[in-house]
Amino acid sequence: MNISLTLLMALPLIGAAVLAALPKSNALLAKQVALASTILVALATIAIAVGFERDNTNLQYVESHQWIPSFGINYAVGLDGISLVLILMTTLLAPIVVLAGWNESQSGRWSTKTFYILILILEMMAVGVFAATDVFLFYVFFEAMLVPVYFLIGGYGTGERSAAAVKFLLYSLFGGLLMLASIIGLYVLSGAQGGHTFDTQALSHLQMSSTTQNLLFLGFFIAFAIKAPLWPFHTWLPDAADSATSGTSVLLLGVLDKVGTFGMIRYCLTLFPDATKTFTPTIIVLSVISIIYGAFLAIGQKDIKRLIAFTSISHFGFITMGIFAMTTQGHSGATLYMFNHGFSTAALFLVAGWMISRRGSSTIADFGGLQRVTPVMAWSFFFAGMSSLALPGLSSFVSEFLVLVGTYTRYPVAAVIATFGIVLAALYILIPVQRALHGPTTPGNENLSDLTLREKVAIAPVIAVILFLGFYPSPLLKVINPAATHVISQLGFSDPAPTQLGGK
Amino acid sequence: MTFTAPVLNYTILSPMLIILAGALIGVMIEAFVSKALRPIIQLILTLATLLVALVQVFRIRGTESVSAAMGSVIFDGPGFLFQATILVISIISVFLIADNENFTALAAAIPGSAEEQESIQKGNKVTEVYPLTLFAVAGMLLFPISSDLITLFVALEMLSLPLYLMAGLSRRRRLLSQEAALKYFLLGAFSSAFFLFGAAYLYGYSGAISFAGIRSSVVGGSGNDIFLLIGIAFVSVGLLFKVGAVPFHAWSPDVYQGAPTAVTAFMAAATKVAAFGAMLRIYYTVFANAQWSWTPLLSGIAIITMLFGSFVAIAQRDVKRMLAYSSIAHAGFLLAGVIALNKAGLSASIFYLFAYGVATVGAFAVVTLVRDSSGEVTDLNRWAGLGKRSPWVASVFAFFLLAFAGIPLTSGFIGKFSIFSAAYESGAKGVVIAGVLSSAIAAFFYIRVIVLMFFTDSHEDATTVVIPSVLTRITVIFAFVITVALGVYPAPLIDFINKFATFIR
Repeated sequence: MNISLTLLMALPLIGAAVLAALPKSNALLAKQVALASTILVALATIAIAVGFERDNTNLQYVESHQWIPSFGINYAVGLDGISLVLILMTTLLAPIVVLAGWNESQSGRWSTKTFYILILILEMMAVGVFAATDVFLFYVFFEAMLVPVYFLIGGYGTGERSAAAVKFLLYSLFGGLLMLASIIGLYVLSGAQGGHTFDTQALSHLQMSSTTQNLLFLGFFIAFAIKAPLWPFHTWLPDAADSATSGTSVLLLGVLDKVGTFGMIRYCLTLFPDATKTFTPTIIVLSVISIIYGAFLAIGQKDIKRLIAFTSISHFGFITMGIFAMTTQGHSGATLYMFNHGFSTAALFLVAGWMISRRGSSTIADFGGLQRVTPVMAWSFFFAGMSSLALPGLSSFVSEFLVLVGTYTRYPVAAVIATFGIVLAALYILIPVQRALHGPTTPGNENLSDLTLREKVAIAPVIAVILFLGFYPSPLLKVINPAATHVISQLGFSDPAPTQLGGK
Repeated sequence: MTFTAPVLNYTILSPMLIILAGALIGVMIEAFVSKALRPIIQLILTLATLLVALVQVFRIRGTESVSAAMGSVIFDGPGFLFQATILVISIISVFLIADNENFTALAAAIPGSAEEQESIQKGNKVTEVYPLTLFAVAGMLLFPISSDLITLFVALEMLSLPLYLMAGLSRRRRLLSQEAALKYFLLGAFSSAFFLFGAAYLYGYSGAISFAGIRSSVVGGSGNDIFLLIGIAFVSVGLLFKVGAVPFHAWSPDVYQGAPTAVTAFMAAATKVAAFGAMLRIYYTVFANAQWSWTPLLSGIAIITMLFGSFVAIAQRDVKRMLAYSSIAHAGFLLAGVIALNKAGLSASIFYLFAYGVATVGAFAVVTLVRDSSGEVTDLNRWAGLGKRSPWVASVFAFFLLAFAGIPLTSGFIGKFSIFSAAYESGAKGVVIAGVLSSAIAAFFYIRVIVLMFFTDSHEDATTVVIPSVLTRITVIFAFVITVALGVYPAPLIDFINKFATFIR
């Protein structure tokens, strides 16, 4: 059977419609329907991935229909290796989030079924944002997906949830509106050069003065840097992650923030190659600052959710650095990193979420000696932490290594400084691991229960993916590499030849 | 001296004639029909009149004429679009007006007097609001198709005078309502004077009162440019007052707040269409060749209007005042369409006017539903927790707010995109950037209301949402469906507008 991308996007919507028709009182049924829908979407994505031709650098599964012809806007979707990987990540994480956060909708303002409707709509839009090949369509998904996230944080989060939701929304809207100005600029330019269009391919051939290109680039880049988030645009993230439920956080950091880094590749680099070259040094500096700054702040956190948020800022620094290193390894590494970060953050957040809901506190100091009381949960957390600090043999190591190698050939100083990020990663992971898992059991923790079967089932695939890709990343890399090479060669870069120190 | 009998093109004037006839019959009904029957008869008559006029407008849509009434009325594609928009908005507003809880029982009674008490107890209803509405609509229909300064002025007064009265008809907080009416009237009279002053200068400049005559002087560049500049400036003041642009906006928050909500909805949406219709016609045809003299000024006003409206809206505690400031900000966005001065700008402005007008009526319709024992509650703090008590009403209102904020998949986004892209195309990048920034600011207060409704727990003196009457329900549902449909699939309407959006001169 041939599965189109439109069908893939329709599936979660159908699930949401079924949910909407269910009675409010039957929460269990709502959960089951949500789980079934997300699993179905994941299977459909796998079917798409199987049918994907790896060595073909053209867009695949292309669909294009006129949407608003008088503005040259099309409903156009298609896949390259990078977007396929990200869609795969999104749809694989969704059922895990549903299963892991089985009860997290209970503390919300609204019913369970609304929670899952929002999640399914978000999933549909996330697929759309990665699949869109029309800039306008991309923008529509990019902005519209803020709305379900806003309600997920504000309606089902904890603590200062509505303030965090507003902060998230305003930051994102601000970036989005800057991007809208740039999109309008592109639209007008394309109109002056042979007809209005929003097609990404066609737009990449536009002629523009370097000032225009720089300004339009900045409109896109700031929007993505807020989303990703890159220092100094990151301040919304810790609050949002702190307030959101752990499932929402996984979707927020694991999936949504990838839209930022994905957008950098798809739009900043391909549409504005010259401006990219102009700004690359600055962006590399920002990435390095993000890596080190995120790591330092993570070390200082007392709250486990905020800690994970800051580790992500550090990781996004790596991803951005890999993207703007302009080497094939850097690019492949960055894309692989996006995928892996999705899973390792999912593992961290989900286990942390279970720990927090059992203990009723998210302060690291309240835990202690968990490995004696709840061994499975403790070791899961340990494993997730190891994945986050990129232990060799786990998937993050491969991507982090590729990013560093790719960066070193062009920006050795940045790569060297960034390497300290790995050292700091060991600190920010091992300190909470030591405090929360080892040592004497803190009073009040003696009776915590270990992971239930449902939770084990939820975390097992995450761990499996992390382990499998740690040892054998090539299935993904074979999909990513041709796309990465394609992007780099389109930009007119070639990989610098490796140099040998001291060689004459 | 011979007297030439006026030649009237009745076909083109027919929509206005239908409305005026309906209004006059309405006045007769006030005089001759018993009080008990009046509300229903007036409602049916008004709706029928508006519908017939709408049908008639559609029937004459392809017609073009520069001399429909001895050169004082011009009918063309944009004229058709403006008239159709005004009529659609009027129809859904009349549904709200029919919900007469909003109106005083006896407009002539002194607030709080025994006379007022008596008429409330008798269950009297103000039905003169229907003919007043029709008179206002007739003026609005004429305003964007006037083609000389005198007709324009007559139309301006014709649409304004009934609105002044209607603003004072509120059932509750009558003093506030009457104050609003008086303020509106005084400032309106003031701006009319400015307008006339400008018109006199334009006549002095060109020796003509017809748009064609002034235009040929502008194109020829023969007259005294100082007169032209003064004329443009003062005529603009009169028009900018009607659309509520800064610094001529001072009336709008008070009037929006004081007037009965149904009237506010009608006024906010329909007047804007009429005023922008006239403005677009004048700037796109008459003053087009003097672009150098008004674009900088108008750009400045647009930028100030957007930013001021957005900033001040943040501080509002009353939902109607907040919507008033938001409408000021939207007037700024619409001015970007005037500045664009190209075909895309015209189409975009018309689309925006329609989309914004419908959403505005919808939003005010929701406001009429939120009440406590003493009537509508417009204090935003008491809207807290509305999402819990009446999720549907709160969701619909939130959706209208998102449309005002220009979030994708709502009509507001398409409107904003098209109007900004038209302005950018004509080189007004500063206006576009100011527009984008003020959209970000504006998002803040729209979202604040959403936070209040959904994420804040309600107070003890909670408001209730009344079950909407069938008519109000139709309005809300219609506005909602249009707002969604134009956000998801706007192509048919855009194509339709593009087909007609060319001014003839």
